[in-house]
Amino acid sequence: MAHADTVIDDTVFHLEDDHGHAESGSSTMLGFWIYLMSDCLIFAMLFAVYGVLGGNYAAGPAPKDLFDLPLVALNTTMLLLSSITYGFAMLEMAKGRVKPMQVWLVITGLFGLAFLSIELYEFAHFIHEGATPQRSGFLSSFFTLVGTHGLHVTFGLIWLVVLMVQVSRHGLIAANQRRLMCLSMFWHFLDVIWIGVFTFVYLMGMLR
Amino acid sequence: MFDNPALLKAIFGRLTLESLPLHEPIVVATFVVVALGGIALVGALTYFKLWGYLWREWFTSVDHKRIGVMYIVLGIVMLLRGFSDAIMMRLQQAMAFGGSEGYLNSHHYDQIFTAHGVIMIFFVAMPLVTGLMNFVVPLQIGARDVSFPFLNNFSFWMTVGGAVIVMMSLFVGEFARTGWLAYPPLSGIGYSPDVGVDYYIWALQVAGVGTLLSGVNLVCTIVKMRAPGMTMMRMPIFTWTALCTNVLIVAAFPVLTAVLALLALDRYVGTNFFTNDFGGNPMMYVNLIWIWGHPEVYILILPAFGIFSEVTSAFCGKRLFGYTSMVYATIVITILSYLVWLHHFFTMGSGASVNSFFGITTMIISIPTGAKIFNWLFTMYRGRIRFELPMMWTVAFMLTFVVGGMTGVLLAVPPADFVLHNSLFLVAHFHNVIIGGVLFGLFAGISYWFPKAFGFRLDPFWGKMSFWFWVVGFWFAFMPLYILGLMGVTRRLRTFEDPSLQIWFIIAAFGAFLILLGILSFLIQIFVSVRRREQLRDDTGDPWDGRTLEWATSSPPPAYNFAFTPVVHDLDAWTDMKNRGYQRPLTGFRDIHMPRNTGAGVVLAGLSVVLAMALIWYIWWLAIVSFVALIGYAIAHTFNYDRDFHIPSSDVTRVEDERTRLLAATSQAG
Repeated sequence: MAHADTVIDDTVFHLEDDHGHAESGSSTMLGFWIYLMSDCLIFAMLFAVYGVLGGNYAAGPAPKDLFDLPLVALNTTMLLLSSITYGFAMLEMAKGRVKPMQVWLVITGLFGLAFLSIELYEFAHFIHEGATPQRSGFLSSFFTLVGTHGLHVTFGLIWLVVLMVQVSRHGLIAANQRRLMCLSMFWHFLDVIWIGVFTFVYLMGMLR
Repeated sequence: MFDNPALLKAIFGRLTLESLPLHEPIVVATFVVVALGGIALVGALTYFKLWGYLWREWFTSVDHKRIGVMYIVLGIVMLLRGFSDAIMMRLQQAMAFGGSEGYLNSHHYDQIFTAHGVIMIFFVAMPLVTGLMNFVVPLQIGARDVSFPFLNNFSFWMTVGGAVIVMMSLFVGEFARTGWLAYPPLSGIGYSPDVGVDYYIWALQVAGVGTLLSGVNLVCTIVKMRAPGMTMMRMPIFTWTALCTNVLIVAAFPVLTAVLALLALDRYVGTNFFTNDFGGNPMMYVNLIWIWGHPEVYILILPAFGIFSEVTSAFCGKRLFGYTSMVYATIVITILSYLVWLHHFFTMGSGASVNSFFGITTMIISIPTGAKIFNWLFTMYRGRIRFELPMMWTVAFMLTFVVGGMTGVLLAVPPADFVLHNSLFLVAHFHNVIIGGVLFGLFAGISYWFPKAFGFRLDPFWGKMSFWFWVVGFWFAFMPLYILGLMGVTRRLRTFEDPSLQIWFIIAAFGAFLILLGILSFLIQIFVSVRRREQLRDDTGDPWDGRTLEWATSSPPPAYNFAFTPVVHDLDAWTDMKNRGYQRPLTGFRDIHMPRNTGAGVVLAGLSVVLAMALIWYIWWLAIVSFVALIGYAIAHTFNYDRDFHIPSSDVTRVEDERTRLLAATSQAG
């Protein structure tokens, strides 16, 4: 319905041929994109908080005492691979092939699950060593930033399962394609955020 | 069972009979009045069998016009609560001299000034602004609805949910005693162990979801759904200000969500974000919350500027002077609003350089704002000014707001701010701009667009009564606070020593009393207008000789707004259509595709309120149950694909034929 730039006859004051109410795909994409940007701001705040508090160890453990970079590298690989496989799923969607798409979505979900499991293992390990979120400003902001990302991935997984059920029920109708596109943006967005986490929290943390 | 404290704690969390403020006679009396009023309202709705109608036609409606009206009703109801807090404070401060303790104890008084600020900003100003944008913007851009109609309904009910949580704090437990921004460490668990701050956090989080989503929705609507021919620089100025405001909402409210979440973590989990030990940093909270808080005041004032622009141009019968400069001024203000937050705490000790930077950016904001004032004045210059109520509010705004703006520039000078910081001068300043700017604008907007929403005008006599009581009351109530502030009186004080100050507080209380009369006149105005609606009726849909598209359709507009999507050739699209002899189409109507009503918004917001209450009272089982229900219901809702329907062309024809008949009757009578 957005045709503000259409060239129109100067004496025409209304459209005879109407497209009706348009909750169209492009509108949803824009809306979801704007929502993602607002979510990005939440992460920006959490990064800023980590920037302020990240060096406040309060005589507790510092990044060097805690982080296990090979594990985090493995974790990062899981998430990046899940983004690639989601991309493959989208390619199958574009070809209208439901089954291969579902298979790629399952693989995406498994990579996501692997990422989450490794993250939870890491958290459990830290807490076991006494590096709890309550221990210092650094740990509070670390757990909150990384945990918020993990929470997003969890919601993404729930969403993924819901969408797979919906696709198996109704096929690749326009509404489902739109939803898969939204989740796609969400999933890749989480990847981008994670690259920020990996760089600023883990890699730079080891340099401190 | 009742003598097993562990079991009771597991079931009710920290909610006990002691939580009910039965020992506070004022609260009990208020509760009795509210309960009686509530029972009377529920009884009346049941007696007149209105529940079904309200549920079907309003609560579950996804029509942007109805949601807009409901937002405004919410704002007006909460204005009564917020104002009650205000007049209680004015009375207390006028009384508490010479050893008198007044009538409010400190525990209660501190809750009142906190609740007053929170309610007035989040549950009065925000719903009124959002309501007007919701109602007007789709009509102004020639759209059938917003981009996401269901989301709009959900956003509204989340805002209501936040308001319900704040209202509950009055009767169950207590509200925060921290001031409206809840600075730590005072708002931390150590100094505020009770439920007050938790009520604050969850009320704002619930309402914040609604605000953010309605922001996304309106940005998308304005970008995507404009009528053909409406380029960005042909958008009505109110739509422009709405666009900028909603961009600000999307860019600012996540910050509030994040900072309140961190405060909640400090309180619930024991993290160290804003604590004084273990590496926390309380000043970070103050920075973060003002990074949201300063854009917030522009979120409120920009739409008001838009309203004044529409009103000035309509009631002067002229195209708005300097439309382009108005648009750029709005955009500049939008950007600058992010670069001034630190002026709220110059005394924090950031040093001269940082303070200078923020002082200068703050002063720069007065340039685009001043440009706007001149644009309005030049629009009036040689215009045929009709002093109807919206125009009266506009003139009062210009006179009042300029004073507030000037005291703002004064406060922007860091050395002056060191003297005036936290004083009643500051309190007078921000009331000067919020009442004189936002509220006057909202009243102008309500009286301007009321006939569009309901098909009859508001009664002018009671409107003028309300106008004069409000304007005069404002000056009486806040000029004394400027003087007191200059004499060094700080804000949020409950009792005073120096008897020479009392007269100023009495004058301020008198001003608050005048404002009370103004509010009562406003309510009478609505009541009288409904009674006299036949005399005040407007069948043309264009009672003010308006200039923008909302006046092209009937009043109230049909559910589909426009039978045919309008095509725009000029900034003042409707004036252009009138000037060039536009003929309304009388035949050829088609089916119209519309979204279907749904109760999902009410259910989701209701579950959010339950979740918030469970978190506030530490009722963990209920928190888990309501959270699972919330997610489960949201997922279930996505399985419903049947969300729209077509209004058959026969219905459209019937509605449009009725309008044709009314227009013919009016033009004959005229």
